[in-house]
Amino acid sequence: MLLRVENLHKRYGKEEVLRGVSFSLEKGETKVIIGPSGTGKSTLLRCINRLTEPDRGRVFLEDVEITSPRVNINKIRAQIGFVFQDFNLFTHLTALDNVRLGLIRVKGLSKREATQRALQELARVGLADKAKAYPAELSGGQQQRVSIARALAMDPKLILFDEPTSALDPELIGEVLSVMVELAKSGMTMLVVTHEMGFARSVADEIIFMEKGVIVEQGPPEQLFKRPQHPRTAEFLRRITELYGGEG
Amino acid sequence: MTLVFRWAWLPRLTQGLALTLELTALSMALGAVLGVMLALARVYAKGPLLPFYGLASAYVHFFRGTPLLVQLMALYYGLPSLGIKLHPFTAGLLALTLNTAAYQAEYFRGAIQSVKSGQMLAARALGLTRLQAIRYVILPQALRLAIPPWSNELVYMLKGSAVVYLVGVLDLMGQAKTIAAREFRNFEVYIVVALFYLALVFVFTVVLRWVERRTHIPGLALPGRA
Amino acid sequence: MALEHWLKVWASLPVLLQGLSVNLALLGGLLSLGFVLGIVFAVLEVYGPRPLRFFASLYSWLFRSIPEILLLLLVWLGPSRFGKPITGFTAAVIALGLRSSAYQAQIFRGALQAVPAGQMLAARALGLSKLQAVRHVLLPQAFRLSLAGWGNEFAVVLKDTTLAYAVGVVEVMFHARSLGAREMPLTLPAYITVALLFLGLTYAGLSLLGVVEKKLRIPGLEARR
Repeated sequence: MLLRVENLHKRYGKEEVLRGVSFSLEKGETKVIIGPSGTGKSTLLRCINRLTEPDRGRVFLEDVEITSPRVNINKIRAQIGFVFQDFNLFTHLTALDNVRLGLIRVKGLSKREATQRALQELARVGLADKAKAYPAELSGGQQQRVSIARALAMDPKLILFDEPTSALDPELIGEVLSVMVELAKSGMTMLVVTHEMGFARSVADEIIFMEKGVIVEQGPPEQLFKRPQHPRTAEFLRRITELYGGEG
Repeated sequence: MTLVFRWAWLPRLTQGLALTLELTALSMALGAVLGVMLALARVYAKGPLLPFYGLASAYVHFFRGTPLLVQLMALYYGLPSLGIKLHPFTAGLLALTLNTAAYQAEYFRGAIQSVKSGQMLAARALGLTRLQAIRYVILPQALRLAIPPWSNELVYMLKGSAVVYLVGVLDLMGQAKTIAAREFRNFEVYIVVALFYLALVFVFTVVLRWVERRTHIPGLALPGRA
Repeated sequence: MALEHWLKVWASLPVLLQGLSVNLALLGGLLSLGFVLGIVFAVLEVYGPRPLRFFASLYSWLFRSIPEILLLLLVWLGPSRFGKPITGFTAAVIALGLRSSAYQAQIFRGALQAVPAGQMLAARALGLSKLQAVRHVLLPQAFRLSLAGWGNEFAVVLKDTTLAYAVGVVEVMFHARSLGAREMPLTLPAYITVALLFLGLTYAGLSLLGVVEKKLRIPGLEARR
């Protein structure tokens, strides 16, 4: 088991965003988390690498308890890629330097090794020719691909995707999704929060439906989409189909 | 009643100019170092480091809220009563540095806070420590963002440095005063000095615009600036 | 710097406060002069014909580029050079007032330009002249938008009034200096006391402006920060 999340709780003031979330992820698996906005999906992802500190509960990465206060969280984060909704590329650095920063400062690679590795990852997401461009000179789709390359370069054990296509214009979503599909095929372990039902259906090994801080239902896509066990799941799927169309 | 200008004033005024530039450059540079530290304390000192936040804030409020002239006089005329006798130049440099550090701290703080919060988040997500994130991600952006207000501060300090002649520093103003005392042409001498300052401000402005352009990165600007 | 020295300085507080009142009189004079000229130059710079616009920006650049203390000396020495001496106080009000007008012009100009263009159009469409539109529609909005910048300028010129010391005005710095000259150990306590007085005045002034700003606030009309 690569990742195990046990009974996570998080509260902001009066609002309880996570109310006991547990699940696990095998190596090479892709799980997609769906659910209405504001139900704690992003908070859940951030609690996994402790960008947000959970109030209660435990997270294990290959039997190392991430949530233990004794763990060096920076070492752990280097092994967990994170792709943000709004990319968060470093504004002052070129695409190449964005990918190199972690390699040099966290993994301690030499500049030459880092450059080689970074160019390789940029090529993998189809952006070798944009290495010298600053984020502001790239389209949203290109920026998100650079941020995926930045995560990949660290050789992560898994990558967390926080609504990676939500900030993109519709015509740019495809290029990011196809990079993600390739990644999943190549055996990368992925945990993806998204509203892209087409992607969820075709790529996910399992879908997790979350609402109001708890997991309502989880299962393989065909089961969850065709025969949802819980009325809330059915209701959500009906609404999202109206909103985004059948194949999403 | 004609005005009389003499070429013979120039050597002395040039010496004074050199000292004015030295004072301005040194106080701006030292003030930048101190200012960045104060700004970091004001933004990031939390938890056990909270006292540093308090100290930095008190410092900034005190030095921004009191006249430079009082600070200068206190250092030059006041410290001797504690047994500390400063050379006029040292007193001048110290006063200018302590003063500009407080102002620069506020510019740097504004710049640090205008770096989007996602930048810190992304850096931490990669595994960078907080200190590394500040050093490699936040500060490089903040320092660029601070260039325009910093340019204004440079002009302020160039002008502000003129008060040090009151404690006997032979900067542009100090040299002008000695010439004026000998030749009874004080008005004319000060007009020449004013032209010196105008030329300096002009050159500074041009150079700093150039620096701003050279360090410009697409997509990195303060809100409201292209 | 023993306690007795502090006590002596505080015993002389009335003298220091009397000096400070001169600074405040200076402040009142120079702010008023700067305010009036500042508005004139701001309006000229935004709405004036081209040559006047150029003159206004040159003026503003000149008075923002010459050191305050040098301006003071020039304004003080100039008239007496031509046989019409003025007092240090008058020189300080004029010199610092002109300097402040350049900064205030910049503040008001920014505020005028921040008022949406549609306001001028709507006023002209009603039949108001350009001057009337500026006076009754643009300026009232611009004043409110400029309060924050004006607060900064207030804090700056309040401290600059101490420069009048250089042209012999008997203000607070003068009294602090004479306390120290009479008895050397009083110097530091005297200057620190003066510093604290200015600190108090700065914050008192700024919070007063804050109250004014709140009073004058109109929904939908806020400076963009």
